[in-house]
Amino acid sequence: MAINVAMSNEQRAMSAGQEEGIEKVLGNSVLLTQLDAIVDWGRKYSFFLYPFVTACCGMEFMSVAGPRYDLDRFGAALPRFSPRQADLLMVVGTISHKQAPILVKVYNQMTEPKWVFSFGVCATSGGFYDNYATVQGIDTLIPVDVYVPGCPPRPEMVIDGLLKLQEKVAKEKWSDWPRGEALVSKKGR
Amino acid sequence: MLAELIETIAKIMFIFGVNMGFFTPILGWVERKQSAVMQDRVGANRADIFGFRVIGLLHILADAIKVLTKEDFVPAGANKFFHTLAPFISLTPALVTFAVIPFGGQYEIFGHKVNLVIADLDIGILFIFAFASLATYGTVLAGWSSNNNWSFLGGMRASAQMLSYEVAMGLSIIGVIMVYSSLKLTEIGAMQAEFFRWGIFLQPVGFILFLTCAIAENKRAPFDIPEAESEIVAGYFTEYSSMKFVMFWMGEFLEIVTISGIITTLFFGAWHIPFVSNEMLLSIFGFAGPDGANILTMLINIATFFVKIIFFIWLQMTIRWTLPRFRYDQIMKLGWKILLPLALINIFITGLVLLVK
Repeated sequence: MAINVAMSNEQRAMSAGQEEGIEKVLGNSVLLTQLDAIVDWGRKYSFFLYPFVTACCGMEFMSVAGPRYDLDRFGAALPRFSPRQADLLMVVGTISHKQAPILVKVYNQMTEPKWVFSFGVCATSGGFYDNYATVQGIDTLIPVDVYVPGCPPRPEMVIDGLLKLQEKVAKEKWSDWPRGEALVSKKGR
Repeated sequence: MLAELIETIAKIMFIFGVNMGFFTPILGWVERKQSAVMQDRVGANRADIFGFRVIGLLHILADAIKVLTKEDFVPAGANKFFHTLAPFISLTPALVTFAVIPFGGQYEIFGHKVNLVIADLDIGILFIFAFASLATYGTVLAGWSSNNNWSFLGGMRASAQMLSYEVAMGLSIIGVIMVYSSLKLTEIGAMQAEFFRWGIFLQPVGFILFLTCAIAENKRAPFDIPEAESEIVAGYFTEYSSMKFVMFWMGEFLEIVTISGIITTLFFGAWHIPFVSNEMLLSIFGFAGPDGANILTMLINIATFFVKIIFFIWLQMTIRWTLPRFRYDQIMKLGWKILLPLALINIFITGLVLLVK
């Protein structure tokens, strides 16, 4: 089902050896770990979604948000259409090369902390659109937290992916943030 | 003197506590849960502490923690001072307005006369309108200072809509003022002791006009074109993140409570229970002695007032989750061509009836 991939491997590797700021002083003391636990608890139950819906998976997304499967149960119901207010970027559907800069821009505009949810096989790997027009997986553009393949994924898979993301958020540390802007936009400069 | 000071501070603490500590957070939950129930969903219920879920109430806490630890963002090219100021301007008026709304009558307790209103102004209603219109500045400032086209459009829409509906709202109240011949909200409340003297029976049209205009003033659906997602992203608060963005919502929620308070005071008998006068309550509570009876009556009256407020909060939430959004021209047409003439006719007929009587 949903595959949980460590986010932004580059940053993890960077921060593994050297801990910065307050963690250098206090280390993994109770004070910091409990703060992390509380903040992560708040964050994992309060995702404001940014639905970046480009294709047919949108129908399945509506079904997940709708009465029968009800994402609101997990605290992830509120769609915010301004990226400034959103936490979770739901990339729902095929991303063409023409669409890619917009996706990267939206990702960069989101305020930290932010997570990315790859919804459907097209967003995950390009799917059967193995051609010149389609981005072969959005992780070539932006860091992705949860991949949910399927064409389209069943609502159960999406909920499973969301729960995996909650588990992952629960393990995060304060120093994991900020993530910064997408690597693609840095290379471009 | 000291007793009065203590009394005033206690009243301010009470109103502030009820509004900021109870209504604002709870309304976030109510909005979520009521929309869920109306759409045949379950609604938020997974956040737990040690396995206790408390019917989803903990999601408020989760949201608060998330929002407080989110990045605070000021866009490049924005006016940082005004960008920060705007949420405060739109939050404060809703809170200040509650100062003149009486949440109970006058009681004699231990020889001290208690008047359950923070500021018993002679021009109570004018004070409310003066401060309610200040909220417009918050939205316009937010729209302008964000340096964003969508925000600016939202701010412009908000200012146009709020100015238009302010006219009709002011006129819809004139009828009530004429009937009770007072601008003082405590007097208007006291005059509604008898059930059939309630504002809703004397001014039914005024009530509907006021409710419509008040919801439009509050910029909630079906009048939420200033933040219409399908047209202008998130309207005037597009560029706001974290707590500043939530402050706009808190202002909205507070305004719901304030509108309910004004409606209750003007049209639904303020703190009075239908067919049960305060004298009857005092005689029922006679066993507790004169002071005890007064205190118990006071508590019953405060409870009545807040039950009525909760009912009108429910009504506004139901309207918000039932009706689709108006188009911009429809809003303007409704405000200027329907509500305003209706309010004027209402004043005319009220005047005629008062003259003949």
